[in-house]
Amino acid sequence: MRHIISMLLENESGALSRVAGLFSARGYNIESLTVAPTEDATLSRLTLVTSGSEDVIEQITKQLNKLVDVVKLVDLAEGPHIEREMLLIKVNASGNMRDEVKRLVDIFRGRVIDVTETMYTIELTGTSNKLDAFIQALRGAGIVETVRTGVSGIARGEKSLRV
Amino acid sequence: MELTGADIFVRCLADEGVEYVFGYPGGAALHIYDALYKQDKVKHILVRHEQGAAHAADGYARATGRPGVVLVTSGPGVTNTITGIATAYMDSIPLVVFSGQVATSLIGDDAFQEVDAVGITRPCVKHNILVKDVKDLASTIKKAFYIATTGRPGPVLVDIPKDVTAHKCEYEYPKSISMRSYNPVTKGHPGQIKKAVDLMLAAKRPMIYTGGGVILGEASESLTELVRLLGYPCTNTLMGLGAYPATDPLFVGMLGMHGTYEANMAMHDCDVLIAIGARFDDRVTGDLNKFCPHARIVHVDVDPASISKNVPVEIPIVGAADGVMREMIKLLKTSKKKPDKEALAAWWKQIDQWRAMNCLDYERDSKLIKPQYVLETLYEITKGDAYITSDVGQHQMWAAQFYKFDKPRRWINSGGLGTMGFGLPAAMGVKLAFPKATVACVTGEASIQMCIQELSTCKQYDLPIKIINLNNRYMGMVRQWQEFFYDRRYSHSYMDALPDFVKLTEAYGHVGMKIEKPGDVEGALKEALKLKDRLVFMDFITDQTENVYPMIAAGKGHNEMHLKPCKAVVPTDRELA
Repeated sequence: MRHIISMLLENESGALSRVAGLFSARGYNIESLTVAPTEDATLSRLTLVTSGSEDVIEQITKQLNKLVDVVKLVDLAEGPHIEREMLLIKVNASGNMRDEVKRLVDIFRGRVIDVTETMYTIELTGTSNKLDAFIQALRGAGIVETVRTGVSGIARGEKSLRV
Repeated sequence: MELTGADIFVRCLADEGVEYVFGYPGGAALHIYDALYKQDKVKHILVRHEQGAAHAADGYARATGRPGVVLVTSGPGVTNTITGIATAYMDSIPLVVFSGQVATSLIGDDAFQEVDAVGITRPCVKHNILVKDVKDLASTIKKAFYIATTGRPGPVLVDIPKDVTAHKCEYEYPKSISMRSYNPVTKGHPGQIKKAVDLMLAAKRPMIYTGGGVILGEASESLTELVRLLGYPCTNTLMGLGAYPATDPLFVGMLGMHGTYEANMAMHDCDVLIAIGARFDDRVTGDLNKFCPHARIVHVDVDPASISKNVPVEIPIVGAADGVMREMIKLLKTSKKKPDKEALAAWWKQIDQWRAMNCLDYERDSKLIKPQYVLETLYEITKGDAYITSDVGQHQMWAAQFYKFDKPRRWINSGGLGTMGFGLPAAMGVKLAFPKATVACVTGEASIQMCIQELSTCKQYDLPIKIINLNNRYMGMVRQWQEFFYDRRYSHSYMDALPDFVKLTEAYGHVGMKIEKPGDVEGALKEALKLKDRLVFMDFITDQTENVYPMIAAGKGHNEMHLKPCKAVVPTDRELA
């Protein structure tokens, strides 16, 4: 099953490589990983998506908690949560495809953020599934480049991850 | 008054109560070595190779329970310690390793003797820190000792650039430390402990299985009380030997790949397993699908990640072994329910039948020296009261089987990583900590050569260790596996061109002995032990065909032991000559 593990890390050099190193050393897989500082400059927020059986996820969270730089951790998939990922994609937009691509962007509620005579650069935010579907829909148009941020997530309601 | 980073470093060690630092100087550490020269509180032991420093500090830590301290220079200084750090990491030994680093302005420039010490050690330390500012030095050192020694202990590396050791600031050593991201749980959950005690009392065929955690957690006394209160059989892992007195009738020996028949059979047949400070290592469990098929399992461990890692557990208890067992004892003493006497008597009857197989028996009228005989004799002559360090291989297993440890911290070996070369430097650490105690290093002709240079350190600091070299001219354990599992293709396991160990030892300024007949074993050991102030290297020329029994082959269950020692079929020296 897919899990979104979100954690507060000490904002220290090497903290990220401790997390990444743990996954490679123990053979866990990372589907996506995103990290940035929080409103508290001493803390970073790291979100990673992984999948595995309940046992594996339990080990992953325990092992992550053992890292001295990990302050707090939550598996967002355990409760109601919101997840978002952003996609920047460059596609061919010439001839009759130009209108078709624009229509798809509107349907998916994306935005064209840069234009040339032959190309659109599009920004789209949503769940990973939505991004996948959008990419799938654009295949016919000719995708030139895709950039995804990886998943960020936050719990719904009053629940929060803070020190 | 402002002090330099180097002086602060030395003051920190003194304030931390560090007795010995094991190390080796070099460019990036020279300011620190200069500061060491100007004081006499912290004693420095100069090893001959940085791996030896890490193992010696490790041996010191295992024997005393206090953290071992290592000081090396940048680059090759720190890379040479990696094997030692990984050894300590696998066995959860508190070690604080300080490495010099090139100046902060040079980091990343591929400077002379530069290596990313924090990066290269990351997978084998509990934590590591690069100190970038002299103002952070004292608090970082405090933090390093705190992390290394609390919770599940482990090695911590502090990397100190040369300019940081030259810069000055006010010195203050923090009295205590608190970290928002590191708060190990120590006290077991009372509800879980109650549940565990209820399950223990309902057992018909109970088994208590304990590991190195009981020794690290100074919990041998409470374990002994708990086991005796219950009257249940107790087995120790290789790392846990000495946690429960080996000569006690409730002790059924070590378990696992080369454990006793009775311990492994009792594991297989038990209905309640109480695991304390043990981590269900593959050498202990054998095939997980065949592991304790009838048992409901309680697991006490200070590290939550150890629980249900390899084997799912019914009652997990996260907490320090000593506190949890003391709570268990309290509950047992006040409980109206008592262990089921009838079931227990039947269980012990069964265990005694297994015991009667006498699984550790060996050929006693051989014309060649049997390694088991050497260890049995060593045990008798030292009255079981020596500190025994060991290297890795057959001799390690025989030492574990034949030296009955009644006290914790007497058996010092590399269990997790299985590091050949560990025994001699580890013995140096033990001997420094306990100068009056008998310290013997049980080794083989292959292992000893991996850190033999430390004989020179032993001479410099007058460390009269007794080295028991079980010399069968083979990497015995490799040879044993090749015999069993590779159709006797003895690929590169024969040690040709061995040095004359007696002459070699003498060249280092010690006493060497060569013992070739079983009749000479006892006399030689007695003579060596009488030479209280000399290091004696005893080169026992042993039977090359001896194998370690009993044995569970990899991937087999506890009830699938090879028992009958059959004569190994190997080419001997004469045939090879």
